[in-house]
Order: sequence, then structure tokens, then C-alpha cells
Amino acid sequence: MIEITGIFAVDWTIIKLAAILAVTVGVLLTVAYYTYGERKIMGAMQRRQGPMTVGPFGLLQPIADGIKLFSKETIIPSQANGPVFVIAPMMLFALSLVAWAVIPFDKGWVIANINAGILYLFAVSSMTVYGVIMAGWASNSRYAFLGGLRSASQMVSYEVSMGLIIVCVLLCTGTQNLQGIVEADRPVWMQILLFPMLIVFLVSILAETNRAPFDLPEGESEITGGFMVEYSAMTYALFFLGEYSAMILMSAMTNILFLGAWLPPFGIEALAFVPGIIWFAIKTLLVMFVFIWARATLPRFRYDQLMRLGWKVFLPLTLFWVVLTAGILITFDALPS
Amino acid sequence: MIISALAFYFFAGILVLSSVLVITAKNPVHSVLFLILAFFNSAGLFILLGAEFVGMIMVIVYVGAVAVLFLFVVMMLDISFADLRKGAMQYVPIGLIIGAVLLFELIAVFGTWSMSDDKLANLAAPSPGESVSNTQALGKIIYTDYVLAFQGAGLILFVAMVGAIVLTHRRRPGVRRQSVAEQHARKPEDVLKVQKVTPGTGV
Repeated sequence: MIEITGIFAVDWTIIKLAAILAVTVGVLLTVAYYTYGERKIMGAMQRRQGPMTVGPFGLLQPIADGIKLFSKETIIPSQANGPVFVIAPMMLFALSLVAWAVIPFDKGWVIANINAGILYLFAVSSMTVYGVIMAGWASNSRYAFLGGLRSASQMVSYEVSMGLIIVCVLLCTGTQNLQGIVEADRPVWMQILLFPMLIVFLVSILAETNRAPFDLPEGESEITGGFMVEYSAMTYALFFLGEYSAMILMSAMTNILFLGAWLPPFGIEALAFVPGIIWFAIKTLLVMFVFIWARATLPRFRYDQLMRLGWKVFLPLTLFWVVLTAGILITFDALPS
Repeated sequence: MIISALAFYFFAGILVLSSVLVITAKNPVHSVLFLILAFFNSAGLFILLGAEFVGMIMVIVYVGAVAVLFLFVVMMLDISFADLRKGAMQYVPIGLIIGAVLLFELIAVFGTWSMSDDKLANLAAPSPGESVSNTQALGKIIYTDYVLAFQGAGLILFVAMVGAIVLTHRRRPGVRRQSVAEQHARKPEDVLKVQKVTPGTGV
């Protein structure tokens, strides 16, 4: 028996490594089938079939796309700034994966249970802008540069309101640990108080991940693909994977902040027999569906309207809501100790 | 312990190296990118010290916002790097003088530095007590003992921001601005008129 515990103690690192590998592979597989789901759902919304030729119901389409991107030639423009050009997609991709380290999938199912978990998530997501801005600059192309600039200003603008929304939630939960945020006691009035922030947060994550209707950094119809215009093959694929992984990450973050992650919905005890990870997946998929829904429904914003929404509507609203939340919590003596 | 020592040397080494590269890199954009790397590694050092809140805020504020704006401006500058290098040598004496003054001041400060007796205990526990997290400890100090200094700093930043906007803002004539409230207040009756057109007469 003693020997066995000894082996387990040594194997702890290996278990951690296996967990990291499992999360990474899981995220990449989810990304692959998220693209498939996106094309199917958008097809259904626009009365098309979506992918249907490769495999049954077109289920092997993401694999085929992956092989295609692998086997293509990576082109580095001769006028591009070589090292930065290559580092940019790698950085975006790596950043979109490291953030998963702190996401709790179920009670205790987390790689790194750190105290400042939400700050870590926010820090990583605020760094993803560098991948885009570096790509835009290093391509040495006007379209790419415009895309990079647009993305930089857009992501910085919406991060401000996202930060303030996170402050609102933290005021109510009293902890920065992601598990603590999920498990914090939330009476109904608190959920009603936070509901408008959920809506603002959903819009902000669309802008933060450069998704439609805020996909101006890509803007096919005006800047032909924006910061990605010079990228091909695997460098392009890394951008693609990074973008979708960031979308799934933001969905998981919304889930943890507002939707209660692995807890059964509406606190129904009868549903507690379902494993927490299932609830986590269902709720995250729900937010992921909103991304696709918005893309299939809404036309692209004009650039000044995007800035107006960020700075003149969301910033004052979220700032007011922080004061309101703090005021209500103080008045009713409901501050978490 | 050995791992944290290795991590310290790793972060510190990259920090020093990237700081040197900030001033030696030929391309200003590369300089800013190395500056960002330096910020990031100093955040790593903070986390190593157990100050995870400061470390994270370092990344969020400096890397995620301030340096983005640096990069933004430097990327937009259209400057010839060769011209910039040409006259740089004439500023070396002034630079050396400033450097010497700073060095002297640092020596003056650290020369009189004395460690408190319970420094080892302080180093071992950066936040007071196990139950209080870093963020709470910081908040309790800032908003109680140092509230005036903190609010004063905030006020100065606010004034600086207003000043920057006032100095750079100019009203350009002839710009057609969108007034969202006006647009929303428009009704079909105000702007549309249904007219009967008899053939051969025109409107």
C-alpha cells in the first residue's frame, strides 16, 4: 500500500500533464466542431444545407479543412517583418489556450485553482490584442494595417466596460477565485440586479473577439480580411483556431460569471443528479450559440457607431451599475464578508 | 525553492535582456514590443513574490492598455530611422548627466535603507494572515489609511486626462455628425409625403 501511495505521489505531475493535454485536445476538438456547428446553424438560418458532402451529415468537414490548411504552402511576403509576422499567430493561439488553465469545468475540475482567477482571465484576454496588432503591422500591407488598428482600438474600448461588469459581479460574490464566484450565494434580487450586465457582457464579448456584428478588423467587404489578409496555410489556421478558442473561452467566462457554471439551472435540486460538467457544457454551448445567432442575424456596425456604443453607452452604463450595485449591497447590508 | 529561484532568474534575465533591447533595437516598433516583454516579465516577478494582484494589474493595465496605445502611436509614425540615428550622438552628454543624477539619487535612497527586523516574516507572508487574500489586504490599506493619497492620485490623473482632451480637441467646421436621438425621433409622417401624380404633369 505504501508503495502505491508513493507511486501516486510521483505520478501527480503526470496527472497534471494529462489534464493539461486533455483540456487542450478538448478545446481544439470543440473548436473544430464549433466551426461545423456554425456552418450548419447558419445554413439552417439562411435556408441552406451547410456542409454535407464529407462524411455522414458532413461531419468530417472540419477534419478535411484542417488537412487542407496543413498541406498548403505558408507564404511569408518578402516585404513583411519576418519574425513578428510568424510570432503573431503563434502568440494569439497560445494565449487563447493558456487561459483555459483556470477555468473550472466542475467542482474541483480545474488545472490551476488560483486566487486571482478572474484577473488572470482578464489579463490573458486583454493580451490577445497583440497577436492582431502585430500581424497587422508585420504584414506591411495597408489592409492588414487598417485591420490591426481597428482591432486594437475596438478591443481596448470594450475591455473597459468588460472590466467594470466583472467588478459588479465581484462585488456580489466577494471573491476573485472562479470556483468561489460560481458557488457564491446569489439570491434572486441579486440575479435580477446583474441581468442587465449579462446583456452588456454578451455584446462586449462579441466586440472583444472581433465577431459579427463587430467584425470590423476582418471586414471582408471593406478591408478584404483585415489583419489576416497576408496569412496563408498554418499561420492562417492558427488565427482561426485562436479566434474560435477565444469565443469558446468567452462563453465559458460568461457561464462562470453569470450562469452558474456546473450548478443545475435555477437552483433546482432535482436536477443535481446530472453531472456538473454536463451543465457546464450545456450553458457554454448556449452562449456559443448566441455568437452564431448574432452573426447570422445582424449586419455589420459602422466603425463610428461601434466606438459610440462602447464609450458613450456601455462605459457610462456599466460605471453607473458598479455604483448602483455597491450602493444596494451597502444599503441592504448584503456585502459578502 | 529551487524552482522559484530558477523562475526568478528566468524572469529577471529576460527582463534585463529585453530592457537592453528596448534601447538598442533599430526598429521603434520592435523597441515597444520588447518593452511589452519587459512589462510582462516584471509581472511574473510580482507573482513570484506572492503579489498576484499587482502582477495581474500590471499585465492588464500596462500590457493590455498602455502599451497598446504606445504601439498604436509608434506604428503610425512615419519616420526614417536612419535620420533619427544621425543626430542621436549629440544628446549623449545630457543623457549621461541625467543617468548620473538618477544613479546618485538611487544610491542616496538605498544607502540609508534599513531592513526591518521581521523582514523574513514579511517576506514569507506578503498578505496579513492566511484567510485574507492579497486583493483584500491591498484594498483595506488603500481605502482606509491612504484614502486621501489614493483619491489625490486619481484626481491628478483625471485632471491630466481632461487636460489632454482639451488641448487636442478641435472643432472642425462642416463635419456632418450623426445625432442618434434625432434619427430615432424621426417619424414617417414628418419626412414622407404621398403624392398623387397625374400623368403628363410631373410632381
